Amino acid sequence: MAKVIGTVEIDSAKCKGCNLCVVACPTDVLALRAKEVNDRGYHFAYAADPEKCIGCASCALVCPDACIEVYKVISN
Amino acid sequence: MTKEEIISAGGSKVAAKPRLLLDVNMHYCPGCSHGVVHKLVAEVIDELGMEDTAIGVAPVGCAVFAYNYIDVDWVEAAHGRAPAVATALSRLNPDATVFTYQGDGDLAAIGTCETIHACNRGENIAIIFINNGIYGMTGGQMAPTTLEGMKTSTTPYGRRVDLNGYPLNITSLVKELDGTCYVTRQAVHTPAAVRKAKAAIKQAFINARDKKGTSFVEIVSTCNSGWKMSPEKANKWMEENMFEKYPLGELKNTVNPK
Ligand SMILES: Cc1ncc(C[n+]2csc(CCOP(=O)(O)OP(=O)(O)O)c2C)c(N)n1
Ligand code: SF4
Ligand code: SF4
Ligand code: SF4
Ligand SMILES: [Mg+2]
Repeated sequence: MAKVIGTVEIDSAKCKGCNLCVVACPTDVLALRAKEVNDRGYHFAYAADPEKCIGCASCALVCPDACIEVYKVISN
Repeated sequence: MTKEEIISAGGSKVAAKPRLLLDVNMHYCPGCSHGVVHKLVAEVIDELGMEDTAIGVAPVGCAVFAYNYIDVDWVEAAHGRAPAVATALSRLNPDATVFTYQGDGDLAAIGTCETIHACNRGENIAIIFINNGIYGMTGGQMAPTTLEGMKTSTTPYGRRVDLNGYPLNITSLVKELDGTCYVTRQAVHTPAAVRKAKAAIKQAFINARDKKGTSFVEIVSTCNSGWKMSPEKANKWMEENMFEKYPLGELKNTVNPK
């Protein structure tokens, strides 16, 4: 059966740790780094469970700082 | 799979930073709706091939630096006067597509007169109206759009109608004016809402380009700093409180009537 596989690239330097992408992701891929901050002091987002990504781009749509790139392929 | 593996397996990039959004850090608070709407404006201008013909008018308010973020021509207007400046720009540059980007304090308080008369004259402009129910930039004071009972720095016990009057629903008001061709109310709190808001902004830019009259797109927004909530909580609060007074949907469309 065809399977949709996605991946995200997050610009962690630009991320403001607002958590909106984490909330928007339907498959719970994303999380904020709990113990790490970027140069501006934000707990940035990262793909904590990347295997679950379906490339739906929900995270990128709601990100106010345009930090997220999404790639997607349909594999058989 | 990594990005490289996806590409070599025949996949593609399905989302990225809009080309016309400049590569700088926007000054907005984390999770602010302004950022999402900036992305949509940048994408729409690019998709419509208006990079060299769009002229924006920036407001006074948190979006005062919009000209630093979206790579098109901009003029900065005095507080509330964006529709008047846009009137001149659009009349003097008939080949341009002119839009304003304004907050509720800018558009529905100090600029009420300019808003109503530009809409009533049917100026061929697109008005993008960010309604977060508060003066975000100056520290969260009450705006005309502030909901009854809503706490702000100037209504610490909540807005009182007997003292402060009723929340102003200016979008419903401009719908009644003969000069408006397209009036809609949107939001950007979910992926689906973002898609719809983008389609609305696109329609407004097309109408302005095609000289159909005034298009008015309200984006019911959050100001999580002014509301003193997390971005996530602010979105919830907006759904539960703002949408009752400011319900989403199309209010008027004389260009593509249903
Ligand atoms: C003539 C004038 N009066 C008052 C101000 C102070 N002022 C700056 S921004 C603002 C209100 C901004 O609120 P809004 O338009 O809702 O924008 P937001 O920051 O919420 O996006 C006010 C009253 C000013 N800059 N100029
Ligand atoms: S593309 Fe979709 S599934 Fe993948 S991280 Fe973003 S929201 Fe989650
Ligand atoms: S939505 Fe954007 S800015 Fe907010 S946490 Fe996610 S990547 Fe960072
Ligand atoms: S004060 Fe409010 S409107 Fe201004 S950037 Fe912060 S969250 Fe956005
Ligand atoms: Mg405001």
